[in-house]
Amino acid sequence: DALSTIILFLQNYPLYIRSIPTENELKFHYMVHTSLDVVDEKISAMGKALVDQRELYLGLLYPTEDYKVYGYVTNSKVKFVMVVDSSNTALRDNEIRSMFRKLHNSYTDVMCNPFYNPGDRIQSRAFDGMVTSMMIQVC
Amino acid sequence: MEGLTLSDAEQKYYSDLFSYCDIESTKKVSANGRVLELFRAAQLPNDVVLQIMELCGATRLGYFGRSQFYIALKLVAVAQSGFPLRVESINTVKDLPLPRFVASKNEQESRHPTSYSSDSENQGSYSGVIPPPPGRGQVKKGSTSHDTVQPRASVDQQEPVSPVVSPQQSPPASPHTWRKHNRHPSGGNSERPLAGPGPFWSPFGEAQSGSSAGDAVWSGHSPPPPQENWVSFADTPPTSTLLTMHPASVQDQTTVRTVASATTANEIRRQSSSYDDPWKITDEQRQYYVNQFKTIQPDLNGFIPGSAAKEFFTKSKLPILELSHIWELSDFDKDGALTLDEFCAAFHLVVARKNGYDLPEKLPESLMPKLIDLEDSADVGDQPGEVGYSGSPAEAPPSKSPSMPSLNQTWPELNQSSEDTAIVHPVPIRMTPSKIHMQEMELKRTGSDHTNPTSPLLVKTSDLSEENKINSSVKFASGNTVADGYSSSDSFTSDPEQIGNNVTRQRSHSGTSPENTAPPPPPPRPQPSHSRSSSLDMNRTFSVTTGQQQAGVVAQPPAVPPRPQPSQAPGPVVHRPVDADGLITHTSTSPQQIPEQPNFADFSQFEVFAASNVNEEQDDEAEKHPEVLPVEKSSDPASSRVAKTDSKIEEKTAASAPANVSKGTTPLAPPPKPVRRRLKSEDELRPEVDEHTQKTGVLAAVLASQPSIPRSVGKDKKAIQASIRRNKETNTVLARLNSELQQQLKDVLEERISLEVQLEQLRPFSHL
Repeated sequence: DALSTIILFLQNYPLYIRSIPTENELKFHYMVHTSLDVVDEKISAMGKALVDQRELYLGLLYPTEDYKVYGYVTNSKVKFVMVVDSSNTALRDNEIRSMFRKLHNSYTDVMCNPFYNPGDRIQSRAFDGMVTSMMIQVC
Repeated sequence: MEGLTLSDAEQKYYSDLFSYCDIESTKKVSANGRVLELFRAAQLPNDVVLQIMELCGATRLGYFGRSQFYIALKLVAVAQSGFPLRVESINTVKDLPLPRFVASKNEQESRHPTSYSSDSENQGSYSGVIPPPPGRGQVKKGSTSHDTVQPRASVDQQEPVSPVVSPQQSPPASPHTWRKHNRHPSGGNSERPLAGPGPFWSPFGEAQSGSSAGDAVWSGHSPPPPQENWVSFADTPPTSTLLTMHPASVQDQTTVRTVASATTANEIRRQSSSYDDPWKITDEQRQYYVNQFKTIQPDLNGFIPGSAAKEFFTKSKLPILELSHIWELSDFDKDGALTLDEFCAAFHLVVARKNGYDLPEKLPESLMPKLIDLEDSADVGDQPGEVGYSGSPAEAPPSKSPSMPSLNQTWPELNQSSEDTAIVHPVPIRMTPSKIHMQEMELKRTGSDHTNPTSPLLVKTSDLSEENKINSSVKFASGNTVADGYSSSDSFTSDPEQIGNNVTRQRSHSGTSPENTAPPPPPPRPQPSHSRSSSLDMNRTFSVTTGQQQAGVVAQPPAVPPRPQPSQAPGPVVHRPVDADGLITHTSTSPQQIPEQPNFADFSQFEVFAASNVNEEQDDEAEKHPEVLPVEKSSDPASSRVAKTDSKIEEKTAASAPANVSKGTTPLAPPPKPVRRRLKSEDELRPEVDEHTQKTGVLAAVLASQPSIPRSVGKDKKAIQASIRRNKETNTVLARLNSELQQQLKDVLEERISLEVQLEQLRPFSHL
């Protein structure tokens, strides 16, 4: 049973949280929050603003015994954090990358919506649909 | 009261009405309830009604008996016909039309008079078709069929009818008055075109013909009567009721609005799209939308920026969440701006929502922006829109291949790709992109779709993949296992998109590189300066004083392969043969380093030593040793740390013959790892000990030839084959190199053993 969680943060405040399965969410939320520190560390380690797609993907932030946490940050410092189950070995780095890319694209679409104020929780149905499909694909 | 003689039709009609009113079936109808409604529906002044009631004796009796009821009805007819109310008139007035009751809530009642009246026109025998019950049934059917679709609409329809009649507003009222007139006098309307979805509706014409039929006829019209929305949009006092006929509908206002309001008065509201697409935009609506668009953006080909659109739609007072959803649906190309079509779609959705229709999850087909030819940026105005909207058969389920022929070429592939992938909403397409751009966007959106054959990106992909393959294969051949960093580094270098496409191809490579821990930049072509030829380094380092430990580290030709383990560190440290100094240094340093690689350190030095032997640098080394010794002793701990990174480098640069130092028992276990590491770059491979230079030279040559991978699109197969060939060549070369290095390893091991023996011999002397 593969688990995964996706959380988007803006300045360390969650914009969007999604977990599959939905129990034990709190644990994932905790892990994600702690991983924010790692994300910040990586960002600051990058130094000057390297506007390179490669830099957006932070890769495996840290693996715990059961889970792996991946990070991604946009140029506007919106952080995407994803937790996946370690048993899900079929997940390759490339796939994680593509997932983040899709997330980024969908997030951009949400941003394009003039009715969306940055900082609001994301309630776009299209975004939800995309995330759901992605997570189902993973699990 | 004189007897009442009724014609057959009248008889029938009256009996129906009576039974209608006689809800309790007591053959007596009380003066309240339905009778009153009925009389009210007769639209007679109150005093007349009272008079009637009095005349028929109801007031006397307190209720309506059947006869009283009939008399009353007759009197109603009399009154409606304009005759004075007199008891005698009930029989004297010939050719009295049946009493007419305007339906407020009872369509049946309204229908009946129509039919009856129509037949009464015929005079004479009512042989005509007055199928009250069937008519009623028909009406019912019509209304119910309609009602099922539009329960709300029909209810709504009722209300405005009566109040609308109020003569306040002339223009809007006109249709109503019309209808009334149509209904009552014109017998011709007896066609109750309830059967079937009547004629398609054009604003007033149908109002006429369809009036009697009422609801069911209003087919094919989009449900939302924009009228009240317009009111709200215009910021006039928003009336949530549907009776917003008031100011907005005054003729003074824009013609569109009046047109719309007039038409929408009842008709549009009733239009429930019985068989047609509920989301179709009517011409008037579209015209209205276009006008609204113009108020914001005069250029019909231009865009409305998101902020302006936001303000505009916020006026509709829908919740932000819904507006957000509407925006998502209608901003087709996801550019944050609305074109005319997008705007119309959005407006339409807003109007629909205001009227209680739920927003669809996907954009309905008829609302999809009319995507023009992608190459044709000169968008046409309303024309195609009209055509597209009115012409497209709406029964097609919202598939993504609308009746927009110009796009069929590009849409289908998008459709299938979007169906293949899990993306929910339509693939965003720019309105005026080139096809390639569209494809690119599509690819980006459907990044997981590996099978899209049409993109030029894919071709590039194949080339890159070849390169990746080559690179990785090189590494494979040389290293037995690819360092985890490498395939991922490949993935970094190549376009990430294509990685997905390449996954299958690269799976063999990436199989061993699960998740690289960190995005390893292309493995540092390290320090070719040192790696190149250790001999050079030696020179350099020797020239440098041994103040730097690293120099010392490098310089130490490992005489004796040290016991790298810290536990054993003292041991080797103790024995300090001259030659062993370097080694010992390394041993002390190396253990603190990556434990697996102490051998390396040693052997690197060992190799260096061997190399230096070969390169007649022995003298230097010999000189260096005593110098290094004390230095090294003192700064051991420091050096260890300092040397860590450096020695790592050294190790990398050192020969690939990783003698295992420590125990000599497991020579091969640690070595493979360092070997792998070192094989990170081809350059690293090269700077073997000079003994290997020839091999490295060969290797370098081979590898140098690699980069010339043809990237031309057209030569895929050949390129692949060529690269395969090259790969094979490099494989063989590297295999050879590998075997040679293994041989060297063995030699080195032997030497080590001999050195150890020497060490043993020298040991007793070192204590001195």
